[in-house]
Amino acid sequence: MIKFSEKQLRIPKLMRPVYLVTVGMSKFDRAFPETRTEELCVDALTAAADFVNMTPSELKQYIHTCYYGHFADHFGDQLLGEAVVHDRLGLDPLGNIGVKTGGATGGSTMWEAVKAVASGYSDCALALGWERMDEVPTDEGNHLISCAADKDWETPLGHIYTGYYAVMAQRYWKIFGKEEDSFRNTMAEIAVKNRGYARMNPHAHGPMKITVEDVIKSPIVAYPLRTLDCCLMSVGSACGIVCDEKTAYEITDKPLRIYIAAGSHTLRVADRRDMKIPLLPNEKPNQYDNLGKKFPGGDRYPGFTSFLAARISAYYAYHMSGVVDPTEDLDIVELHDAFTISDIQTYEDIGIRPYGEGRNYIESGDAYVVNPHTKKPGKLPSNPCGGLIGCMHAVGATGLMQIAEIGYHIWNRWDEIHESEEKWNSFGRKKPKDWTSLQVKGAKRGLAISHAGVGSHVTCTILMNPNNLIKED
Amino acid sequence: MPKVEEEKGFVEILNSRYKLRGLFHIIEANQPIYNKDTGKLAGVTNPRDVTYIHSYGGEAIFFESLSKGKLMASRCDNEKCESKGSIYEPFRIFCPDCLRKNTIVDITEKAQKTAKIHSFIITHRSGAFNILPKPIKFINVEFDEEVVTILMSVLVVGEPEIGKRIIPIFRIKSPTYTIMDLMFVVKGTTESELPEKFSF
Repeated sequence: MIKFSEKQLRIPKLMRPVYLVTVGMSKFDRAFPETRTEELCVDALTAAADFVNMTPSELKQYIHTCYYGHFADHFGDQLLGEAVVHDRLGLDPLGNIGVKTGGATGGSTMWEAVKAVASGYSDCALALGWERMDEVPTDEGNHLISCAADKDWETPLGHIYTGYYAVMAQRYWKIFGKEEDSFRNTMAEIAVKNRGYARMNPHAHGPMKITVEDVIKSPIVAYPLRTLDCCLMSVGSACGIVCDEKTAYEITDKPLRIYIAAGSHTLRVADRRDMKIPLLPNEKPNQYDNLGKKFPGGDRYPGFTSFLAARISAYYAYHMSGVVDPTEDLDIVELHDAFTISDIQTYEDIGIRPYGEGRNYIESGDAYVVNPHTKKPGKLPSNPCGGLIGCMHAVGATGLMQIAEIGYHIWNRWDEIHESEEKWNSFGRKKPKDWTSLQVKGAKRGLAISHAGVGSHVTCTILMNPNNLIKED
Repeated sequence: MPKVEEEKGFVEILNSRYKLRGLFHIIEANQPIYNKDTGKLAGVTNPRDVTYIHSYGGEAIFFESLSKGKLMASRCDNEKCESKGSIYEPFRIFCPDCLRKNTIVDITEKAQKTAKIHSFIITHRSGAFNILPKPIKFINVEFDEEVVTILMSVLVVGEPEIGKRIIPIFRIKSPTYTIMDLMFVVKGTTESELPEKFSF
């Protein structure tokens, strides 16, 4: 049993409000054989400058410290890649530091940048991330990723991270999914939704027009997960710039308030000890007393079926920002859909649905931009960019791409980023004839979850239009 | 190409220093990468052949014991710790709560009597350097209630199923001194069905 002290559960406090002023990202793809990483990073920062009608030189004048997210040094055979990128961005002699927390690297990078501004150390900080996963053959890539598991206790077993992850999917599938065809279809719906949304995103590397049947017939990776249930392995860069209030309004007249918190849990999924479920603001004591009866085998928490790190990051972030019920208080979310099933697990971990009822978020139509049942706007659309399954998973950039996408919706500028024929052409991609705006109309508040591996690190970022805050400072 | 015997890198410890013998990397020339459409140079290959030297530290006894057919775990015996009595497998050198050094305990018999499958996955995929036959049947092993964590391993005889009883087997002949010296088979498996070099 693990217990937390009151001091550990203290709600994090930013010493002054922090604002997201601009974001940018490169094209994402499986490989860029003729492009250096630094070129992609320059693309992301240049896009961020364009977004606030500045030249890169003008925007750089505001930056005081730099936080770089890049997970897998060993893929590129380049230590201190952060220093290379920092130099090529022309940001010397500013202080900079590299951040590495697996799949959550992008979110963690923003976490560091926000704290730098909140503390007063910097008035303006850059969070920029990238990943380069195309510089080794795929099987060696699988080995290198498996090094993110415990090198003595797990990695020698197959050198395949999927194997360490999918055991959780198996357990969720059997206990909470009850191995039902209907649950399998719901998983597939997530892949259909996210790959379909990616078709409207020129940055996306994995757009597909597919059906539930296509997903269910795709090759098995590790049962119940099939190829189309799994995220992409991508290359690309994304960034965001955060400021204190005064600096924020010097750069833009529409900055967004940003709150961010982080949680963690053991690297070895098997090392999870039983504990009581920490409750989110929209949950009641004793709410889960019958969970084991309703779902036999589901009484072990977090067991293999939940991500404690996601729950704790949401716990901190909701209390920091005043969010009580994410479905009611938020308008848009970008979740870490590494696998369709882990996406469902996350709905529960962050309180969109109670434990055991995650599938309902998809089945009700709430997770869609347009609810397929009512044809009206979905209550809380998730991953209109296509997510990790349809848009990209360039590890160090992923969490920052998600934050950027949430920002575009709240700024009401999603179309500007995703519609331009010129951008589609410059990326060498064909804009679909049925291109449709996925702008969530009237979005005021959103959330992004950045998640590492089996849940070793998770960050929860909440963005709000400053005119629509829930909690007074 | 596997290294021939005289090319392999060996390490011993003498006077608290690593002593190396043999080859630890083989230099291989890089090769240019051309774009076949444009005929232009795009990059180069960077061949690397690296052997890491890794210390097991306080976990060494776990890996050495596997080669003797024993499954070792560790237990917090600190009277003042609320986790007192918790057994950890995977082995933890220190109690994660009080950070006192755990007591090393032999759970071979406990594993033989109580091990069962908590979750599993069957995959045909693997990464470079994998030497397990495919498909790989990953299993997570739970023991009795004293053991508060779950062990990742592989099932090499029988079909996995949640709750199924399993028995540990050990690579006593030519051990690798890695986690690969421990695997599991379903209860009822006979000695003759075990993989080469493994025994109960």
